[in-house]
Amino acid sequence: MAETRGPWARFLARPNEDPVKALGMAGLVALGAALTVSTTATLLEPRQATNLEAARAARMQAMIEALPGLREVMEEAGVTELQSRLVDLETGRVLPDEVMAFDPERVARDPGTGIELPPEADIAGIGRRERVAVIHLLERDGALALVVLPMRGAGYQSTIHALLALEPDLDTVAALTVTEQGETPGLGAQIERADWQALWPGRRIADDSGTIRIEVVRGTAATPYEVDGISGATRTGNGVTAMLRFWMGPWGYGPFLDSLAGEGAG
Amino acid sequence: MIRLSHHLTDPLIRSNPVTLQILGICSALAVTTALATALTMAAALIFVLCASAAIISAIRRHIPHAIRLILQITIIATLVIVTDEVLRAYAFEISQRLSIFVGLIVTNCIVLGRAEGFAMHHPVGPSILDALGNALGYGLVLVVVATIRELLGTGRLLGIPMLPLTEQGGWFEPLRLMQLAPSAFFIIGLMIWAIRTARPEQVERPEHRLLSRQGEARP
Repeated sequence: MAETRGPWARFLARPNEDPVKALGMAGLVALGAALTVSTTATLLEPRQATNLEAARAARMQAMIEALPGLREVMEEAGVTELQSRLVDLETGRVLPDEVMAFDPERVARDPGTGIELPPEADIAGIGRRERVAVIHLLERDGALALVVLPMRGAGYQSTIHALLALEPDLDTVAALTVTEQGETPGLGAQIERADWQALWPGRRIADDSGTIRIEVVRGTAATPYEVDGISGATRTGNGVTAMLRFWMGPWGYGPFLDSLAGEGAG
Repeated sequence: MIRLSHHLTDPLIRSNPVTLQILGICSALAVTTALATALTMAAALIFVLCASAAIISAIRRHIPHAIRLILQITIIATLVIVTDEVLRAYAFEISQRLSIFVGLIVTNCIVLGRAEGFAMHHPVGPSILDALGNALGYGLVLVVVATIRELLGTGRLLGIPMLPLTEQGGWFEPLRLMQLAPSAFFIIGLMIWAIRTARPEQVERPEHRLLSRQGEARP
């Protein structure tokens, strides 16, 4: 009788106190769980990515709505959306290529299209950066009215994605919108709230000597370069500070902003 | 079937997991500010509870006693992740509003409680009925609380205006308190009071009694 049974039946027939049975059951349940979770995640990933992309676009739209007077400016200029441009981050030059929807993190990971950041430059904790970035411009009567720069940086427990809109002086913040984050609900996640983001318009990035001073402070802001922090979310605030300082600096959009400023003067 | 149906109907009111056993309160507070989130949460819990009860009951004879809790949690966590992924793919907006509370179903005592207390010792059929009954009992409380909170807190139900608001020239002034967590405590507390008034057998016996002078316990 015992010889006719397969290994599976013999396994199931072992007493539950048997270590082989315990390890075997643990392994089988873990295997089943792993297969289920990975299959679901892989199958649903495209749909979730579409949803996230739509949410990002909606937030961009919401930022346009929230900027005072921007809607009217756009209507006057006869445009319904911002123009997107490709920018070579190293040289700061605008590239003539057509802009397609793209995921900066994926582009940065690819050795052909992204670069490894030296640790001392990587203050935002993103590891790699894309060579070419998509930025958004609003032009009115041939002059620049607004520059919108996408950025990302490490927060407390997630990567924070944001859009920074700059006034034509390339120094005054017109708006900051957090487009994606996974910070602690109720604490760091408050950076997504409209009332916190409403603190940003009018803040200045750098002082007159060109030193980048923008900072999320603990407590209440005292200078035009400071923004109130969220209590209980110091590290999220530090992450936002580091993100802005990195992307506004020489390793981020610095060269592009310099070349824009040069064009304006010339 | 009639013999089994009490597994389904008992947990609805008589031994409701929220109002009698005071389980699952955390999520009952958090997701009941609007009826839509409460319904989604109830649906998610129904799926997780029924599926985990079915799987655990099916393999109950082969679960070694020493590692049974780990296996139960693994199975429950898997189902919760699947539910969360599905919600994020097909009900994105509502999954954003539920934030971490779908993920926290893993720690919902009702799920592990039914797995450990019922599914481990009963065949698949009754286990599913018992799970469905408990999930529906939880969902019932959620829906009642959410209806009260959304209606009195915002004057809407499922986002549709129900009561004319004063700011639009009507007579109803929204009670802001209803949108805050304490109101869920008040409502659940009142529900428990009402149920225990109707069914005095649910009232806990006092743990200590004073002796009367004759040395007998006072009634």
